[in-house]
Amino acid sequence: MATDTAVVAPKAISMADYKGRVDPDWCPGCGDFGVLAAVQKALVELQIPKHEVATISGIGCSSNFPGFIETYGMHTLHGRALPVATGMKLANHAMTVLVTGGDGDGFGIGCGHFVHAMRRNVDLTYIVMDNQIYGLTTGQTSPTSRIGMKTKSMPYGNIESPLSPVALALAAGATFVARGFSGDQKHLTELLKRGIEHKGFSFIDVFSPCVTYNHDNTFQWFRPRVKKLEDNPDYDAGDWNAAMEKSVIWGEEIPIGKFFERTDLPTLHGAEPVLNAGPLVHQNNRIPADVAKTFIEELM
Amino acid sequence: MNQSFAVGIGGAAGQGVATPGDIFAKIFSRRGLHLNAYNAYQSIIRGGHTFLTVRTGPQKISNTGDHLDLLIPLNQDTMDRHLRLLTAGGACLYNADLIQPGSAAAGVQLCPMPVSKMADITRNKVGQNTLAIGASLSLMGIGFPALESVLVEQFRKKEQAVIDENVSLARAGYDYATQNFKPFAWPLPMTEARYAVLSGNAAMAMGGAAAGVKFYSAYPMSPATGVLHWMAAHARKAQIMVRQVEDEIGVVTMAIGAAHAGVRAMCATSGGGFALMSEGMGLSAQAEIPIVVIDCQRAGPSTGVPTKTEQGDLWQMLGAGFGDYPKVIAAPLDIADCFKLIPEIFNITDRFQCPGIVLCDLLLSEGRLSVDPKELDFAPVIDRGEMIASNGTGDHEPYKRYKITESGVSPRAIPGLPGYTHVVSSDEHDEDGVLISDEYTNAGKRRAMMEKRMRKVDGIAASVPPPELHGPANADVTLIGWGSTYGVIEEACELLREAGISANYLIVRWLVPLHGDAIVDLLRDARHTIIVENNFSGQFARYLRSETSFVPDGNIRKYDGEPFAPHHIVEAVKEQLAGKTKLSVPAHEIMV
Repeated sequence: MATDTAVVAPKAISMADYKGRVDPDWCPGCGDFGVLAAVQKALVELQIPKHEVATISGIGCSSNFPGFIETYGMHTLHGRALPVATGMKLANHAMTVLVTGGDGDGFGIGCGHFVHAMRRNVDLTYIVMDNQIYGLTTGQTSPTSRIGMKTKSMPYGNIESPLSPVALALAAGATFVARGFSGDQKHLTELLKRGIEHKGFSFIDVFSPCVTYNHDNTFQWFRPRVKKLEDNPDYDAGDWNAAMEKSVIWGEEIPIGKFFERTDLPTLHGAEPVLNAGPLVHQNNRIPADVAKTFIEELM
Repeated sequence: MNQSFAVGIGGAAGQGVATPGDIFAKIFSRRGLHLNAYNAYQSIIRGGHTFLTVRTGPQKISNTGDHLDLLIPLNQDTMDRHLRLLTAGGACLYNADLIQPGSAAAGVQLCPMPVSKMADITRNKVGQNTLAIGASLSLMGIGFPALESVLVEQFRKKEQAVIDENVSLARAGYDYATQNFKPFAWPLPMTEARYAVLSGNAAMAMGGAAAGVKFYSAYPMSPATGVLHWMAAHARKAQIMVRQVEDEIGVVTMAIGAAHAGVRAMCATSGGGFALMSEGMGLSAQAEIPIVVIDCQRAGPSTGVPTKTEQGDLWQMLGAGFGDYPKVIAAPLDIADCFKLIPEIFNITDRFQCPGIVLCDLLLSEGRLSVDPKELDFAPVIDRGEMIASNGTGDHEPYKRYKITESGVSPRAIPGLPGYTHVVSSDEHDEDGVLISDEYTNAGKRRAMMEKRMRKVDGIAASVPPPELHGPANADVTLIGWGSTYGVIEEACELLREAGISANYLIVRWLVPLHGDAIVDLLRDARHTIIVENNFSGQFARYLRSETSFVPDGNIRKYDGEPFAPHHIVEAVKEQLAGKTKLSVPAHEIMV
């Protein structure tokens, strides 16, 4: 036994480290439990210390996520998680920043920010628990609800087309686009790991069924339909056109997996020379006297 | 009365009004003269009417005044509208080929320049402007070399031929005026002082840099865009992250994200953009993440008059967001104060972990003022408040982000530190950051958290001074204003004293906290009180009454988009002291 060695291996990061202070208050059977577990597993498998992770959410059932995982969490405003996360990442790009929320939060009220965060290639991992319904407000139509779906806000059936989050992400220039299913945790965990490791904006749309208000898109409905792109050896996730084609397939077969990834574009923080000197939060906040002098001299 | 000299230059947008303005500003400030400049313009890029006034003199110039000493109309329209502003001893320099003179007041010198005979300006559309600048300098008694050096600098990015052409045009104008026109009776003096000339927007941006702002986000909106322009142009030298964001909701929330990560974050907008930021103000307060938002007021409501000034956003600021929360609102008094106020308000928002609002307006944002460079202090006190920025060496008690304390302030731990992970939240939460608003709702915890946050109000009040009364005691009239009306009120008081009416004034800089009791004490013995403000409903008067029950003897209000001139206030005071009215709304005589 090498008991005299001074080198002590750092304690491995375990699921216990990421256990939140309170248990989730989601409905029993909610899809979000599976997403929470997969995120925790991904962080453990990547051995990222919890203090280096920020989890930022908007408002809604799934946006209560930061309270259920032990990281630097932030529960912001409805639809505003992405700009808050962008500000946080730019101010401290050493952090791993996860953004969590739902389809109403991200594709409804927050859709403007969604598009711009993607075109900026902010190095965030955006996990949308997409249940095709507004849950916390007790069941209204969402931007991903199917045509004909009856809800409290459209009791005679939805007459507005749902958007395709994956196609939208591809069109907006996201550099990592994937779709997972809460009912396949192993697959989802892998997608999350790849998304977290990706340098740039990674978007992971996750089917996370609402067991209380959405009686159309249930676990039972999704399970036979979801087909993994990874099972097709000919599928090339570097081919944007192929990804676009797959993104609009919806029906008896619904593709999940990594649709697209490119690694040749700089991240927002990587493209900004102000950050060459390191994370903003660790930089000096005083303007050097010689620089201040030039600012005044230009006015004279 | 201080000696001063005012130049007005007007023309259509695109005719080149800005450049002569810049040249005059440089020449005046390099002679050691103070100046105050204001450009009246419209929301178009070409055409319309734009009129720049630059007033200068050896003492501080607090506003652009009541009259002109020199008018340079670049088109007939300007001649027709503004000639009446010239008073005896003044002069009007104009292109006699294009412009018919109007009838001027007695003692005004009309100075026609036969431009086509003086120079070939067919290739140089703004040639007449350069001739006029040259002629102006001659009338002012300033030697030509001062102008030549400024012209060389102004056109330094152009080829030598352009510089030479402009210098020779200026020379031709200078010589023509020397031979044909009578110089001003008061040649512009020179002093040893040297001033920086800057806009309020540049001043607020620089104040931010001095305060240690590391993150600035914005969406373009007049009249706040100048802050973004300064920040963007100087970002790399100042090491500030500057982002143009998709909308003001994104602007404020991005700033909050950066502030949460531990840097000072600031943004600027106007009333419409601020309306979008309201929910973010509540987030800043509830999550206890300090930010500073600048609101550059313009004439509202809605799109309103985008290029005109007003003090009409006060109640929007007072009521920004829903619910009760601690905040700070301050209105800078002049352009130098635009700089100074930013580090001050950041120290308060950081110490009390709440949002701060700088309530500026177009008059200051886009006006320009000479400022002693010593006033632009890039090493001000920076107090980040109670902040855990290092995890130290030993163990610590379990960290509670929203720990209940006597001051209401709970130390902030900066994300990234081992051992301090926590959740910050827009939802009501307990000391630990755990939400109480869903299944854990607890009336006791809610009350405790409300009281914790609101206890900060007392600390904030103790950290800002109450306003003071300036001028003679027992005055005939006491003028009360806030923010940008400081300069014009100060001069109006002087003019009133010259007219035999003793006047003093009280200017409010810190709107929240207000120090209402101190204000009432100061006004208790006032003989006649009048509140002066640039809005329709008397927003400050209503606020002061709501906080203190104080009602003034009269009000002077202006809501036509243009700032007050000193005579507007003087005449209104006279009519109110004569008992003619309790509410004066001075008419703006010139359409600009």
